Amino acid sequence: MRIRKELFADERDDDLRLVGRPVRRQDIEGHVTGRSTFFEDHPVSGLLHLRCVRSTEHHARIRSIDTTAAERVPGVRRILRYADLPKKAHNILTIFNFGIDDEPALADGKVRYMGEPIVAVLAESPRAAAEAVAKVRVDYDHLPAVFDVEEALKPGAPLVNEYIGRNWFRYWGDYDCQQIRFGDVEAALRSADLVVTGRYQMSPIEHAPLETNGCIVVPAEDGRFTVYTCTQGLFFSLDNTAAQLKIESNRLHFIGGTVGGGFGGKVDTVVEPLAVLAAMLTGRPVRYVFSRAEEMQVSSPRGAERIYIEDGVMRDGRIVARKITHYHDAGAYSRLSTYGTIKSAAHHPGPYYIPNARVDSWCVFTNRTPSSAMRGFGVTGGDFALESHMDVVARAIGMDPMEFRIRNAYRDGDMKAHRKVTQGAALIECVQVAAELAGWPLSEEARRASSRVGGGGERARIPPTPPSRTRAPAAGTGRFEPARSGAGEPRRAITPPPAWTGGQAAPTAAPTAEPARREPERREPPSEPPRPGSGHGAIRFSSVFGSRRR
Amino acid sequence: MAKHRGRGVASVNYPIGMNLGGDPSQALVHATPTGKFVVTLSSIDLGQGMKSVTRQLAAETLGVPIEDVFVDTADSDTGPHCMGSFASRGTHRAGNAVIAAAREAKEVLLEVAAEELEVDPKDLELDGRGNVQVKGAPSRAISVRDVAQRAHFKRGKSISGRGMFLVPPSDVDPETGEMNPVTTYAHACMVAEVEVDDETGEVTVLSLKAAYEIGRALNVKLVEQQLVGGAWMGISHALYETPEPYYPDRAHGPTDFNTYLMPGPADMCPVEIELLERPALDGPYGAKGIGEMCATPPIPAIANAIFDAVGVRITEMPFTPEKILRALDAKAGR
Amino acid sequence: MTRAVRLELNGVEVAAMAEGGENLLSLLRGRLGDTSPKAGCLQGTCGACTVLVDGEPVLACLMLAEAADGRRVTTVRGLADGPRLHPLQEAFMDGFAAQCGFCTPGMLMAAKALLDREPQPTREQVIEAIAGNICRCTGYTPIVDAILEAARRMAGRRARAEG
Repeated sequence: MRIRKELFADERDDDLRLVGRPVRRQDIEGHVTGRSTFFEDHPVSGLLHLRCVRSTEHHARIRSIDTTAAERVPGVRRILRYADLPKKAHNILTIFNFGIDDEPALADGKVRYMGEPIVAVLAESPRAAAEAVAKVRVDYDHLPAVFDVEEALKPGAPLVNEYIGRNWFRYWGDYDCQQIRFGDVEAALRSADLVVTGRYQMSPIEHAPLETNGCIVVPAEDGRFTVYTCTQGLFFSLDNTAAQLKIESNRLHFIGGTVGGGFGGKVDTVVEPLAVLAAMLTGRPVRYVFSRAEEMQVSSPRGAERIYIEDGVMRDGRIVARKITHYHDAGAYSRLSTYGTIKSAAHHPGPYYIPNARVDSWCVFTNRTPSSAMRGFGVTGGDFALESHMDVVARAIGMDPMEFRIRNAYRDGDMKAHRKVTQGAALIECVQVAAELAGWPLSEEARRASSRVGGGGERARIPPTPPSRTRAPAAGTGRFEPARSGAGEPRRAITPPPAWTGGQAAPTAAPTAEPARREPERREPPSEPPRPGSGHGAIRFSSVFGSRRR
Repeated sequence: MAKHRGRGVASVNYPIGMNLGGDPSQALVHATPTGKFVVTLSSIDLGQGMKSVTRQLAAETLGVPIEDVFVDTADSDTGPHCMGSFASRGTHRAGNAVIAAAREAKEVLLEVAAEELEVDPKDLELDGRGNVQVKGAPSRAISVRDVAQRAHFKRGKSISGRGMFLVPPSDVDPETGEMNPVTTYAHACMVAEVEVDDETGEVTVLSLKAAYEIGRALNVKLVEQQLVGGAWMGISHALYETPEPYYPDRAHGPTDFNTYLMPGPADMCPVEIELLERPALDGPYGAKGIGEMCATPPIPAIANAIFDAVGVRITEMPFTPEKILRALDAKAGR
Repeated sequence: MTRAVRLELNGVEVAAMAEGGENLLSLLRGRLGDTSPKAGCLQGTCGACTVLVDGEPVLACLMLAEAADGRRVTTVRGLADGPRLHPLQEAFMDGFAAQCGFCTPGMLMAAKALLDREPQPTREQVIEAIAGNICRCTGYTPIVDAILEAARRMAGRRARAEG
C-alpha cells in the first residue's frame, strides 16, 4: 500500500518519529493468546439470566399477558414488567435535550414491531429462562401495520408511535423534514440542458458483530452496580442507563473498552437498563446477552433509505441543480434516526460544487425493528444513490464518469449547500490517483485539475434562495409540494454530443432535438385535511443540537 | 449465457466526527515513579485500534519509546469522559485529547529535567530512547526514569497532563439547513471491476482499486486493516446483506449466519490502495478518520460496474442475482 | 442431571460437573475457566468456539460436554509452548491479522489443525480450512496471509533443525 507523499507535501511536516510507522497493536498479543477480556469473559458466580418475551405481531394492542406457567418453571426468580420501569418511555438522545422520549423498555400495552420486548424473565440458567419465555402467553388485538415510508406519510396511515404523534419526526418545532435550501433549484432545472431522475433504495443492514450485544451487571458496594458492557460509548450508555432508571449516575460503574466488533450496533444502550433494573430488584448479578437470532432481527439494523434524485445538467458536464428527497426508515422508535436524518441532509449533495441544491431529509416511522446507527450513518445510503446517479448522468450526456467527477468536484473556496466554505478538498486528487491505479485514461485537463485551483470566487457565493417548506402529505395543511418526480432512466430525445474529448469548455455540435423536459408529477392534495396528529409537546433545544430560526 | 466484465467508479467524501460537533473526548496521561507512562481513557476499542493509535500519539508527543507507554481503557471510575467510538471520531477527537494531555505532561517532565540539568526547559529535547538531553549537547542528559524519580521523591511534582478536545456545537437553520456539520472531511475514489454471469445473475468482484485521502496515516498497518476490512464489508453490503430481503415486506428475514450471507475468504478479491495525505487543520498530526469511509465507495462502484458489464442499472441494495436476472429480462423484453 | 467429565485441557488433567445437555463451550468457559473460545452464535455457524479435540477442529457449542470425557482438548491458550508463542500467533501479530480479536481464538485453532495435517498448504487449502470461521473485521486476506507465513516460518525452522 503506497502513500503518495508528493501530493499536498507542502501542507505537511513529515519529520515524525513514530507517527506513520506500522507499530504492533497494543492488544494483539491478548487476542492471539485468548487473554483479551471481553465483557462476557469476566468470571461472575450466582448469575441470573435475563431473557425477554418478544412480540410476534408487527403492530398490536396487548389484551393480556399470562405468566403463571412461566413463573412455575424451576429456576425462575422474577418477571420484569412495564410496571417495574422507573421511567416509562425513553430515547437515548433526550439526555442531550434533543428528541422525544418515545420508547418503553418493556411494552406499554402496545407493541409496535415484531420482536419488541414485552416482559423479561429472570432465571437461574439460560435454559430455565428460555423455557419460561416459551410458556408466557400473550394475547394480542391485531392492528393494521404500515411498512412503507411513503405510505406511512399519507393521510390515514396507521399511527405507529403515539409518543411522537405522527409517522414522521418534526424538526425544530415546525418542519416536517430536515431541509437544505441553496439557490433556486426549480429555475435551474428548467434551464438545464437535461434533467435526469433516479430512485434508489437501500434495505436495512445488520451489523452482525461476532460478539452479540450484552452486559453483565454485578451489585457492588455502596449501592453501586458494576456493569461489564460491550457498549461503544461508555458514558453515553452509563448516563442513559441512569436516566432510564432514575438513579444517580455515580451508582453505576461501567467497565468495557474491548469489544468484539461494533460497527454502530452497540450504541443504543438496550441491554444495560433492563439488566441493571433486574439486579436492583433481585440483588443478584444479572446477565443479559442477545442470542444470534435476536441480534439479527431485534437489535437495531442500519435503517432502510429511499432516495429520489433529480439532477439538472448542462451539456458541458456541469451539474447546475440537484434536488433530493431522502426518506429514512426509523422503524417503530427514534433511537438515533432523528440525528442521522440531519447528518444525511448535510452530506448531500455530495462532494461537488452544485450552485442550486435542495434536500428534504425525512425521518419516518414504520412498524419494523427500530433502526439506528451503522458504519456510514447518514452517509452510506446517500453515497450509494449519489454515486450511482453520477454514473447515470455522466452516461446521459455522453461523458466519461471519471471526467464527470473531476468536472464537478468541489474545490477549496467553493460554497457548500449547507453554507460552509470548502477547505481541505481532495476529491480531484483521489479521482486522479484511482484512475492511474485502474489504468483509466484521463484527459489532459482532468489530469491537470487541482482541488486548490479554480474554486471560490463566483463559486463562493450563497445564491439567492426562495423560501420553501415541504409538508408531509398527512400534515394536512391543504398545500402540497410534490416531493419527487417519476423515477427511472432519463427520458431523452436528445442526441449525445460528440464523444467527450476533454479540454473543451463546451461541445461544439448542436443538439439535434429539443432537450427533454420532465414535468413534475402532480399529486392531488387531500380533499379534506385530516386531523393533525396529537403532538407530544415541544422539542427542546440545547447547545448540542441547537437551532436558529430566521 | 456468458460472463461479462465491467468496471465502475465512485468518489466520495466523509465527515469526521459527530454531525454538528459537540462530541468531546478527554484523556489523562501520567508517569509512574520509574518514568513509564499511562494514558487513561474511557474510549472504546472495537478492533479499529483505538488503544494502539492513542498509544502511538502519546509516545510521539511525549518523545519516549512506545514500549514506555500503555493505554488503559475503559473504566468509568478512572477514565475521563469520551463520547464514544462511532462517527469516525475516535482518532480525531480522542487523538487530539491524548496529544493535549501528553503535551501537558511533557511540560512538567521538561521543567523537572531543566531544574536537574540547570538549563532552560526550552533548551531540552527528548531523544526518543528514554532520555532528556540538551539540544546540541546530547552528552548532557538525564534519563526519563531519573526525572520521574526526582519529580516524585525530591521535587514533589506530578508528571501528568489532562487533555480535552471539543468541536464546538453548531446550530441548524430549520429552513435552509445552514449548519457546520464537521470541521474536516476525508476523501476517496474507488474503481470496482466485476464479472456478471448473465445466466445466474451472480456477480464476482474481481478487484477493487482505490485512493483514500485520510489526512495523515498515523499507523499504516492500522489504516490498511480498516481499508481492507471495510472493502470486504462494502462488497458484502452491495451483494448480500439485509435482514429484510423483500423490504418493505418483512417476510423471510434471516435469523442466523446460514441465511444472512456475507462473503467468505474464497470470495475476497485483491484490494489495491494508495493513500493521500492532506492534513486536517485540527487533526492529530493532521489525521482524519477512516472507520466508515472504508466501506462506502464499494457499493456504488459495484453498481456502476454491473451496469458497465451488462447494461442494467440496479437501484436497490443488495444487488442479488434475482434482481439482476429480472433486470436483464426486462431489458430484453422478456 | 449432572455428570462428571474428566478431560485433558491444554495438557493438564481437569474435571468438572456438566449439566445434562450442556455443551463443551459452556463447560470450558463457565466451569473450567477458559474463556478463550467465544460464543458467537451458539448454533455452529460462526466458528468462534472452534477448539481441537484429539487434534481435530470441533465446534464446542455443538459438542456435548459429556462427549469430551477422556478426550484431549486444546484451546488457543494451549497453543504457546510455555512462554514461546506458536508461529501462528507470531504471524498473526506481525501480519495484523486480528482487529477486534473475537474470531481469533477459533481462527487460530482451525489454522493449527490445518498445519498439523498439512504443513505446506496452498492458499486454497488455507481458505478451505477457515471457511467455517466468520470474521467481520479483517476481510480475511490478512488472516490467510498470516497462516501461509506461519507455514513458511515453520518450514524454515524445520529445515534449520534438520540441516
